[in-house]
Amino acid sequence: MAMHPVRKQRLMIVLFIVVFASVAVGLMAFALRQNINLFYPPSKLINGEAPEGVNIRAGGCVVPGSISRSKTDLAVSFAITDGKGDVTVKYTGILPDLFSEGEAAVVNGQMQGGIFMAEQVLAKHDENYTPVEVAEAMADASAKTGTSHQASCDGMDMSGNKNY
Amino acid sequence: MAWQWFHRLGSPKWFYEKTTAWMPWLLSISLLIIISVSIWALGFAPMDAKQGNSYRIMYLHVPTSIVAMAAYYVMAIAGGIGIIWKMKLSNMVMKVAAPIGAVLTALALFTGAVWGKPTWGTYWVWDARITSVLILLFLYLGVIALQEAFSDQEMADKASAILSLVGTVNIPIIYKSVDWWFTLHQPASIKMTSSSIASEMLYPLLAMIIGFYLFFTWALLSATRSEILQREIKTKWVKQALLQKA
Repeated sequence: MAMHPVRKQRLMIVLFIVVFASVAVGLMAFALRQNINLFYPPSKLINGEAPEGVNIRAGGCVVPGSISRSKTDLAVSFAITDGKGDVTVKYTGILPDLFSEGEAAVVNGQMQGGIFMAEQVLAKHDENYTPVEVAEAMADASAKTGTSHQASCDGMDMSGNKNY
Repeated sequence: MAWQWFHRLGSPKWFYEKTTAWMPWLLSISLLIIISVSIWALGFAPMDAKQGNSYRIMYLHVPTSIVAMAAYYVMAIAGGIGIIWKMKLSNMVMKVAAPIGAVLTALALFTGAVWGKPTWGTYWVWDARITSVLILLFLYLGVIALQEAFSDQEMADKASAILSLVGTVNIPIIYKSVDWWFTLHQPASIKMTSSSIASEMLYPLLAMIIGFYLFFTWALLSATRSEILQREIKTKWVKQALLQKA
């Protein structure tokens, strides 16, 4: 059952390559951990941890009831939150289909005087897939019992362990 | 001797003769599954409440992505065995896994882009998940390039194996990227304990994943068999096998 010593040595070389590469990449990812994040959470924008007047991305849950559309053009404003703070976003343009209250969105633009002026709005959908009938039945049931299951930002894991 | 079965597995002749009977079965069963599940998934699985019909591209996107990552482990482990045991067959498997994996990764990126436009509002974004999958594609292309770069096959195999082994670090990064960093890509829906997909949408997806695994197995074996014939062309048994076919 014993392995040939030469093969054993080569096995050690193979393991060394894998372990060494993993440690090297792990250290790199650790050093760049902030830069690998696609976006800033709103609480960091409020704290001033994100630079002003520079193109950045922010992401969070669209606060229900915060969307207000202009009657004359495509201008829209809404608030995004990570549960620790929210920031107002202003945008002019067409929103993606999946953009809605209680859903996550990623916005691309600049912080100007505490307001995020977005040039692009992307919808970040969740990992849940539900048939239409089931979704409607759930909405009906909650309407009957009086419990409100309307869109909310409660279950959004926009902060938590990813906050360095 | 306990290692005997392992060394016999490394014999190209033994491998070629053993797999001959499997090939038509693997191909027909995998195609049957993929075609019938496509009809099931596109025609009969219910529409998603939020995404509408566009979610259906997941039936192509998820299997190609999963098998693209699994193919990388096949390539890297085959490369490792090639280094340790100097097994010819293992190096052949490593070589042929690279183009198959590259095609699967390209398909995963393409279907992801097509899915991203209607749901996210963009074809491409440089988040950790999508970027790490792009690196996976470059790793596959690197192994293909290394195979072509050396005139000596042994050197080519050694260099490709080292690149494959170094690149294995990328696979857990791809898998965990959506949990470790803020990404636009959503977290995994299929988990060991619970899934966040309704079962009537989940079953065709799982069936499709099995179908793609089987098709990958067929493609890998089929390409390995061609590689065996090419590298062993001077041996008596290959000449006989080719004569029998003709």
